[in-house]
Amino acid sequence: MSADTEPTSSLTGAGDETPSLDVRGLDFAYPDGTPALHGVDLRIEPGERVALLGPNGAGKTTLVLQLNGILAPTEGSVAVGGLPVAKPHLQEVRRRVGIVFQDPDDQLFMPTVREDVAFGPANFGVRGDELTARVTGALDAVGMAEHADRSPLHLSGGQRRRVALATVLSCDPEILVLDEPSSNLDPVARRELAEVLLGLDRTLLMVTHDLPYALQLCPRSVVVDGGRVVADGPTRELLADTEMLRAHRLELPFGFTLA
Amino acid sequence: MGAGHSHPLYLPGVSVVHRLPAEVKIVAAFLTVLCVVATPREAFWAFGGYLLLLAAVWVAARIPPGWMARRALIEAPFVVLAILLPFTGPDPRFDWAGMSLSHTGVLGAWNILAKGTLGVLTSLTLAATTPMRDLLLGLQRLRAPALVLTIATLMLRYADVIAGEARRMRLARIARGHDPRFLWQAGATARGIGSLFVRSYERGERVHLAMLSRGWTGTMPTTGAPAAARAQWIAALAVPAVAAALAVAGMMTT
Repeated sequence: MSADTEPTSSLTGAGDETPSLDVRGLDFAYPDGTPALHGVDLRIEPGERVALLGPNGAGKTTLVLQLNGILAPTEGSVAVGGLPVAKPHLQEVRRRVGIVFQDPDDQLFMPTVREDVAFGPANFGVRGDELTARVTGALDAVGMAEHADRSPLHLSGGQRRRVALATVLSCDPEILVLDEPSSNLDPVARRELAEVLLGLDRTLLMVTHDLPYALQLCPRSVVVDGGRVVADGPTRELLADTEMLRAHRLELPFGFTLA
Repeated sequence: MGAGHSHPLYLPGVSVVHRLPAEVKIVAAFLTVLCVVATPREAFWAFGGYLLLLAAVWVAARIPPGWMARRALIEAPFVVLAILLPFTGPDPRFDWAGMSLSHTGVLGAWNILAKGTLGVLTSLTLAATTPMRDLLLGLQRLRAPALVLTIATLMLRYADVIAGEARRMRLARIARGHDPRFLWQAGATARGIGSLFVRSYERGERVHLAMLSRGWTGTMPTTGAPAAARAQWIAALAVPAVAAALAVAGMMTT
């Protein structure tokens, strides 16, 4: 595998051979010896929207932290847009993988929305007018431009979630990774976020327990349990497999039927 | 500039003083305080001069003196120490209103009181005309240590988050019949503080992960507001220039 940084953009054009994300034979155990992932294989093509489903403690968050090299695999490899996740180009990998964490209060650490959205691209060397354009573009994409100078403290939960999304969009990532995007959102905020996500036209990996949300946003789903990929296929088919869902502590909410 | 945060010491405004870049005001305030401290304590008139100088700045910044006076009360605990000095100072002593006062003690008390008050007033003037966020940006442009700035920036954001968490924990305790008025129930409050610490620590780790994920390498990126213009420097440095003249005159006359 070559170590050079080929400039794969986030274009979703067909015929692009390089997958956005290529995880191969990934094993990981925490330093205390607790095994977390066993031989995970996951390939995501540019423009795909994939839901990562699984019960609590299945290894979903551990897998997410592998994608940008915060945790390093014991065995196996991860490549983002053809670039292997390894020490020499961690910075470029972190630009390409935009992780939106579960609690926006963890993600939004700067005093104002504008500074927070500028934090990522500024770290990646963007300056001046280009930086301003990135910030404006990202805030426009999530419909939060008029709140640029406010403190995240004074925003509603749904607004914070959208700003958190903007903070990684401004880095122009190859793949967006969302950790439980619908948690703690009221129904309206949940729908608004879905509309924003569907309008982005970007490669997406969404970690969630919210099966209807997965169905709404992601044509494909991957189920992880016990550190292994146990199912991978069209979301609708997976959600119809009640046996499989039950075996991995997943279930559709009361009253929900697949139309 | 965009101030998402206001603090109780800030008086929103659009005056000349408000519009000056923060780093200019920080330098001017610092130099002014240096001049005050360097003035011999016997040059009583010079301290009156400093007060007039600050009053001129308040007029320019449209800060009501009463507003300033109320906030200057923060100095009160230090005043107590100063008041003790005339009674505890060394000989020679003199009698005044039936009390035996130490001569050097009185001078020492005056010294602390006058310089302390002027220092507090100068800092309050800076704080009243500069939002917290701009102060940090100013310090950054003055090349203050990156670690200190990072900590201060995060404090600015998380102080309120942690206060909110503490409030929710207190409500949860009260909802279950906890009444912290009684001493024997203080244990629950103490444990609450302990778990608040652990929660904040864990949040710190998650924030760190989020920062690393967006390419943080140890320094806050400077998001470039334009540097201060020469005219702005000259305008702001006029204040410490007058202060320096007062200090020098004070030294010559004593």
